[in-house]
Amino acid sequence: MIEIKRTIKYETDRVKGFGREVMSVPGCEQLEQCIQCGTCSGVCPLSIYMDHSPRQVMALTRSDFKREVLSSVTIWLCASCYACAAECPRHIRITDIMYELKQRAIQEGVYPRRFPIPVLAREFTRMAQHWGRITESLLVLRLLWRTNWLEAFGMWRLGLGLWRTGRFSLRHESIRQRADLTRMMASVDDVVIGALPPPAANHRRGAR
Amino acid sequence: MTTFAYYPGCSLKGTGRAYEESLLPVLAALGIKLEELADWNCCGATAYMAVDEVKACVMASRNLALAEQLGHRELVTPCSACYLVLNKTKQYLGESRAVAQVVQRALGLVGLSYQGNVPVRHPLDLLVNVVGLPAIKERVRDPLTGLKVVPYYGCQLVRPYATFDDQDRPTSMDRLLGVLGATVVPYPLKTRCCGGSLTGTLPEPGLHCAYILLKEAVKRGAEVIATVCPLCQFNLDAYHHKIAAKWGPVRVPTVYFTQLMGLAFGLPARQLGLHRGLVPFAFEAGARRPEREVVPPDRPPPATPACRAGGPLAS
Repeated sequence: MIEIKRTIKYETDRVKGFGREVMSVPGCEQLEQCIQCGTCSGVCPLSIYMDHSPRQVMALTRSDFKREVLSSVTIWLCASCYACAAECPRHIRITDIMYELKQRAIQEGVYPRRFPIPVLAREFTRMAQHWGRITESLLVLRLLWRTNWLEAFGMWRLGLGLWRTGRFSLRHESIRQRADLTRMMASVDDVVIGALPPPAANHRRGAR
Repeated sequence: MTTFAYYPGCSLKGTGRAYEESLLPVLAALGIKLEELADWNCCGATAYMAVDEVKACVMASRNLALAEQLGHRELVTPCSACYLVLNKTKQYLGESRAVAQVVQRALGLVGLSYQGNVPVRHPLDLLVNVVGLPAIKERVRDPLTGLKVVPYYGCQLVRPYATFDDQDRPTSMDRLLGVLGATVVPYPLKTRCCGGSLTGTLPEPGLHCAYILLKEAVKRGAEVIATVCPLCQFNLDAYHHKIAAKWGPVRVPTVYFTQLMGLAFGLPARQLGLHRGLVPFAFEAGARRPEREVVPPDRPPPATPACRAGGPLAS
């Protein structure tokens, strides 16, 4: 059955205030200045796989289309290469805005269960916070366990190669002062970045 | 001997251990000692930023505070992601006083503090701009004559904090490899993304990024790709069988630039971790003739075609 969907957005699809909220985060203020030139989409090495181009994500975010943005695959495909941010003529930190949108999507849970990118982010932060360091081989095993463990069989060749060359380890890397790190991280548990006062105006990046 | 504070990052103790194995002896050969931060923790990489910025800042700033405590002038970090995250955190704390206060309070709980005055540098920057190319050239024992190398910088070393080189067309590594005697292959994709962590999560788009880089290197006749980042090395080295199954073979080895330096310095290959690549790479110094014919000093060099405009093409 072919799925029929309305392709034009209505005013009622907007979630008023969403754009403002994103722009209130330090580093995201410049979004207001976007001229929709499309340079970001042009330089993005992953835009060929995206449903909304980075330029469209900027426009949708600014115009409060929260659902469309947060459920878009674009925010997850961003590999943080900063090509867009480096080339943007309005000096918009597009990569940082993508981070902000990823955070919101994780908070709202609007992605398919077992979708590997947010699962990796979650497992990574858990491991980093608990052990203080990342053991890459264990992280990949955890990721496979939480997403598609059958795929582990397809990776035997890579695992064997890494094992042979001494690059695979099952021993947890860890710091000694784990309790210190836990205390530090717990102290900022309830800090919401959007609720912090915005940075001083002179720090906003205008014309170079 | 000059000493710098050293933040290795998790990869250099895991899949990227060959980077550390080659970096330390190469710097030692040039009179630089790296003192590892005691009990450093993960920088948070790109994943933490996607979950919680404030926590990401707290996590990274513990390392900056430890570096200040150690008292050396500068902090050296070889991983591009660590380099970016530490610099980003510094900038973030400088820009937003509110975030800085939150971080300062968290550090204070465990008796640390952060004043914001430790510069974070990459070894490539250190080698080219502090040690200098003449000193490196002097140390070369076995020049990499005739070896065709692609200099691949990746993204996070030069963007968005291109503190020591151009963010689109960097040349530091090109010049460095040239001094080692290698033939540097012109490579327009030198700062294109390798796919980052997508290679492990969404193979199709992630591996496609790596494939494009490898294909271009093969097309340009490269014998080896030199990289500055453990994740780039992993992506370009570890997935050849998957890439070959999807788009065809593009086999070329990828090594760290410090491994090539070590070879040129005459250090043994095994000590440089060259046995750790999944695509093997070996270079026998002195086994090759220089590419360009060496002109004996008593004969004048042959005139270039431009000087003989109008004359017969072959004479």
